[in-house]
Amino acid sequence: MSATDTVAARDGAEVPSLVAHGVSLAYDKQRIVHELDLDIEPGQVTVIVGGNGCGKSTLLKGLGRLLRPDGGRVELGEQDITTMSSRAVAVLLGLLPQSPIAPEGITVGDLVARGRYPHQGMFTRHSSTDDQIVAQALADTGTADLADRRVEELSGGQRQRVWIAMALAQQPKVLLLDEPTTYLDVCHQVELLDLLADLNQRTGTTVVMVLHDLNLAARYADRLVVMRQGRLLCQGTPRDVLTPATLQEAFGLEALVVDDPVTGDPMMVPVSSRRRPRS
Amino acid sequence: MTTTDERAVRAEHDREAALATLAVVRRKRLSRRLVVTIGLVVVAVAACLAALSVGDLTVSPLQVLLTLTGGGDDVSRLVLLEFRLPRLAVDLSVGVAFGLAGAMFQSVLRNPLASPDIIGVSQGASVGAVAVLLVAGVSGPLVPVGALVGAAAVAGLNLALAWRGGVSGYRFVLCGIALAFVASSILNYFLTRTDSRAAQGALTWIAGSTISATYADFWPVLVVVVVLLPAVLWLDRRLGLLEMGDQTAEALGVSALRTRLVAVLCGVVLAAVATAAAGPVAFVALISGPVARRLAGDGHPALPQAALVGMSLMALADLAAQYVLPDAQVPVGIVTGIIGGPYLVWLLATGSRRRSA
Repeated sequence: MSATDTVAARDGAEVPSLVAHGVSLAYDKQRIVHELDLDIEPGQVTVIVGGNGCGKSTLLKGLGRLLRPDGGRVELGEQDITTMSSRAVAVLLGLLPQSPIAPEGITVGDLVARGRYPHQGMFTRHSSTDDQIVAQALADTGTADLADRRVEELSGGQRQRVWIAMALAQQPKVLLLDEPTTYLDVCHQVELLDLLADLNQRTGTTVVMVLHDLNLAARYADRLVVMRQGRLLCQGTPRDVLTPATLQEAFGLEALVVDDPVTGDPMMVPVSSRRRPRS
Repeated sequence: MTTTDERAVRAEHDREAALATLAVVRRKRLSRRLVVTIGLVVVAVAACLAALSVGDLTVSPLQVLLTLTGGGDDVSRLVLLEFRLPRLAVDLSVGVAFGLAGAMFQSVLRNPLASPDIIGVSQGASVGAVAVLLVAGVSGPLVPVGALVGAAAVAGLNLALAWRGGVSGYRFVLCGIALAFVASSILNYFLTRTDSRAAQGALTWIAGSTISATYADFWPVLVVVVVLLPAVLWLDRRLGLLEMGDQTAEALGVSALRTRLVAVLCGVVLAAVATAAAGPVAFVALISGPVARRLAGDGHPALPQAALVGMSLMALADLAAQYVLPDAQVPVGIVTGIIGGPYLVWLLATGSRRRSA
């Protein structure tokens, strides 16, 4: 490991567990997630998939303390997450929501540096360690050359990588991401997921993300969690979970599952009633 | 093996480059802030000197400084210390209070329209103050208390109406505009029900005036500003994070609800005491924040700079209010209204372009 890795490396502290015990989540009394039990494996990449409106983003918010459960509880490091202070949670757990807002006029460097906030005291502002970590996050996300640009000048893809950089600068031990590949073209999607896989490998950070693309999910997930109508349909390795039966149940989609020619992971190919093999 | 080495070298290079750029970015940002802040202080000091020296009796800036430091002749002592200084003190403190209140509301509600004079807080304060002045028939320290009660009532009602498991900026602003009309109606009711001589005095006050300002008007505002200063500094950074969205802020360890309540509370108190001292001076709260932000230009709320802008704006507007017409003084609120009206039109005309998040 080079010197660059030691900066980003954990300080030896253990990666905390993240567990949902019978969690129900609701907006304005309307229940989205129903009494769900989920044990996130520490140090692994968990990907949550499911059809539109199945409650996967809501579950992610519940896991990240952004939404208070109206039944059951979420435990981070065996402590009820609602009893922890925002800052205590933020030191351990980072969450990148679907549509964060960049204040007008802010530079990329300044925005990413905000990721250091939970680690700073009332009076201690930026230290040189903070700068090292922010620079590392910029380099890791390929945004180093954008550091002096204003965020509003960037393309959607660049902006998304900047937000990821902010989440990396936070150095959470558990990182939750809500559809991090939206706005990205296919090349940047793969790059971003490689980056997250790399982070997970190098530092043991637990990664939990919601993804739409099932094939990318199967490729990058250690564990796949499939949701349907606010409940857990099944979970396990992509090989166990990504089956024609599950796809039918979760998405109502008729599909074949073949081997990914690159990695050997399962890969789904939808069957369409309109399109048949070309002659 | 070579490819991994190459990648490591490249990553190291990127990190070094990023580190260098970060230092430049930070230096640029801080030096611009410094220049802007110094510039605003210079403008404020110049405005103060102008306010003290210009008048029926012109006192030279040198003479002003002499008099303020304990020297000067009897006439300039009388004119400055008894008439001009108390008025200036009210202008400055009210400017700071309105500037801060406006910037806080705008930041916390993520809406440049969300200033206390648009969302009913100032109108609520006016109702409270006028109720004390006209209905109870007393003046003095009870006026700020009445203003505070009125402002808090409107803000509280607004919170209750706009509450949906949290506060959405848009709904809060719309409810506030409606409540501002209700408060104005109540105000007009009071005015039409009282005898015309008392109502005449209240009318000048309602336009936003410092014509009869005394130190008694100044002290409550100063005390509130000083007491709330730690809260302002506490808020400055958190509000910046909150502007990235409640979820992003929470994920970074900022309690969105607590920050929002503290900001609304501070904003209500500041707007209320400022209104009690000088009346609901139009637009100072609306303009100061955005001007300060645009000057700082770094996407941070710039609360101290907003206070400085508010201060200069009040001092200069009041100077214009005294001498723009040859024979009569106009209430300062009319001058700020003349400046602020076109600004509001411009804001509404260009606002839709910035709606995209």
